[in-house]
Amino acid sequence: MALRFEILGRFNRARAAQLTLPHFVCQTPLFMPVGTQGTIKGLTADQLEEIGCQIILGNTYHLALRPTSELIDELGGLHKFMNWPRALLTDSGGFQMVSLLHLADITEKGVTFQSPVDGKPMLLTPEESIQIQNKIGADIIMALDDVVKTTITGPRIEEAMHRTLRWIDRCIAAHKRPHDQNLFGIVQGGLDPVLRDICVRGLVDRNLPGYAIGGLAGGEDKDSFWRVVAQCTATLPEDKPRYVMGVGYPLDIVVCSALGADMYDCVYPTRTARFGTAIVPEGVLKLKHKAMAEDTRPIDPTCACMVCKNYTRAYIHSLVTKDAMGSQLLSFHNLYYMMQLSRNLHSSIVQGKFPEFVCNFLQKMFPKGDIPEWVCNAMEVAEIDISSCCAPFRYIQATKVQSNLNEDEIQAV
Amino acid sequence: MKFVVKAWSNGGARAGILHLGTSTIDTPSLLLSTRKGLPHFISPDLLSCLPAPESRLLHVSPLHFLEGLSMKTISKIGGLHQLLGLHDHCFVAVPRDSIQCLPEANSTNKIGASFETPCGRLLIKPVEYMEMISSTRPELWATLADEVPAWVSDKRNKTSVDRTIKWLDECISISPASGAVFGAIVGGSSLEERRRCAQEVATRNVSGYWVGGLGLGESMDERPALLNAVIEALPEEKPRLICGLGLPEEILQGIAAGVDIFESTYVAQFAMYYHPTCLLTMLIAFTAIYRKDTTSIVEGCTCYTCRNHTRAYINHLLNVHEMLAQILLEIHNTHHFLGFFRLIRDAINAGRFEEFRREFVQRWR
Repeated sequence: MALRFEILGRFNRARAAQLTLPHFVCQTPLFMPVGTQGTIKGLTADQLEEIGCQIILGNTYHLALRPTSELIDELGGLHKFMNWPRALLTDSGGFQMVSLLHLADITEKGVTFQSPVDGKPMLLTPEESIQIQNKIGADIIMALDDVVKTTITGPRIEEAMHRTLRWIDRCIAAHKRPHDQNLFGIVQGGLDPVLRDICVRGLVDRNLPGYAIGGLAGGEDKDSFWRVVAQCTATLPEDKPRYVMGVGYPLDIVVCSALGADMYDCVYPTRTARFGTAIVPEGVLKLKHKAMAEDTRPIDPTCACMVCKNYTRAYIHSLVTKDAMGSQLLSFHNLYYMMQLSRNLHSSIVQGKFPEFVCNFLQKMFPKGDIPEWVCNAMEVAEIDISSCCAPFRYIQATKVQSNLNEDEIQAV
Repeated sequence: MKFVVKAWSNGGARAGILHLGTSTIDTPSLLLSTRKGLPHFISPDLLSCLPAPESRLLHVSPLHFLEGLSMKTISKIGGLHQLLGLHDHCFVAVPRDSIQCLPEANSTNKIGASFETPCGRLLIKPVEYMEMISSTRPELWATLADEVPAWVSDKRNKTSVDRTIKWLDECISISPASGAVFGAIVGGSSLEERRRCAQEVATRNVSGYWVGGLGLGESMDERPALLNAVIEALPEEKPRLICGLGLPEEILQGIAAGVDIFESTYVAQFAMYYHPTCLLTMLIAFTAIYRKDTTSIVEGCTCYTCRNHTRAYINHLLNVHEMLAQILLEIHNTHHFLGFFRLIRDAINAGRFEEFRREFVQRWR
């Protein structure tokens, strides 16, 4: 175990903590930007530090291809290679293989696939994945799991869950650096609560430094999504970090944090920036839109980032999708937004103001009070009262079932 | 704007001080190229890592903004300084941008100058150009010119000079209150026409001169005579600006002739097309030999890139086509190129410019 997880504040299920990793002391809840190939597209390490990034994610699959884990190891590890002084996390490589490669196949041995370089058959085993990640040297490494899309049904999901448990033992055995790299296990089981439960218990038995909730953020409906997260956070140990992989949208992060998750990653903020979309408290702002050409307001008047302090929507509009600078500036803003969200989640929980923060957040995003039902349901389970943000009609709809009030009396409420 | 020459060295080369906006810049100096006012890859918060004040002169082509931003909106926002959030920098507006806004002499006519741009071929009339100048409010701007390549007919070349002078007068008459005017001088590769144009422009009420129409097909060997023909006709005390000279060797040629400010696309070209350049240590192609090289691009270079990153990392970024490679290279190359200009100024101040030039050219070849 090479980390310390200290809870500094709570609100019901939500927690704010200090996560001490070998390279950096982090505050959770936190969002991790994805630096696929050893860089966050278009931003320097200095800028990332300035924005407040604490942990960056590197993709094992991409790095193993280029520049190779051997080279990274020879040059002293990924931190040194990138000159990133804070924390790093690498995924196992399995997900990219399955999602990026044709003819990738999963057997008990591992993931077999065609090498993208020369087409030769290759095999990524749990042992090899850990070996590669040991060479890369990230603070947190992920176990190779058998990932199945949540949109798939049938016995494949159960098979994948059990295999994930068998593979975790192989990962643990292969892990050569438990003193400075933390191996996280990944909970699988699709949308089936029974399978998820078995998987959680199995992983908890192995006493790992942290746990991830995997297999989500892949097209399942939101209602199923939050329920899986809620179930896992309820049963995973209190005193260890919980990482929901592939999440995501600010709304999803707020809900999952309310339910007791601590860490998130997603390509969304940087990817959507490259398409000219800015993340704002109201949702998104499409800078490509013609109306932006005359809009002399900043992207987000409440944002303190360099982009919002200096530039108008009109100028950014003239850059996006045409000039690299547009991508850079939007990525900067979007990541700043995500880091600020992380900071706000942490501090509002520590200061005992979490429900107010959540309500404020929801009000800005849903000014008409039309909060999606899945969010209302999730907040109910999280025991956070968001009735003040919901439209009165909706609130009445919810309570009408239990009340005996007549029509006139309901209008008056 | 104020300009003072303070030192000469062997012939035409001179060192001076340019007071522009809030900056005091030593010449000869370099204009950094921009795209819509900002460098191609160096974001505004990273600009401050470049040496100041010499990195504060930015070349802007007003034509860039025609792709997506109206002059009315720019005016409403308050001009370039407000638009770009760069309050310590000085903007020098020249319509031509030697990479993307190239003069299209065949389509230029008596109404306006034609340019080939990313949003198609545009015909810019003097009145429209002046609207751009008054909306963007640069500290310094060049008048609209009819730039022709070296191979046009004598007749066409003569017309370009007549037109350029006519447009100069038009621009000056519409001139906004602020901003220093540089008169455009053309003449293709004809010594006679160059001289004629320069003599005419020298009689106009301008703060300095923009030598246009070069870097459009004339050979490096032809250039010194053309430059001399122009410079000889110009008053010594006013600054001279030139565009389109790319290579360091060409810059040295310009300095020897007596040019003070240079717009060069050398850095931008290389950052965009993946080649880094180390001026004083020759071109280094980023091939496999740099895969494990943990040294910086140039030993002892104090730029952000060399202080923080290795050749190995940049080699990797180039291989995987990551934007960060271009950012880091533009920073280094700009830093290095500015350093080149500093060496030039030192050599001029020490009275040994020709020696410096000879040594450099020898090493370069």
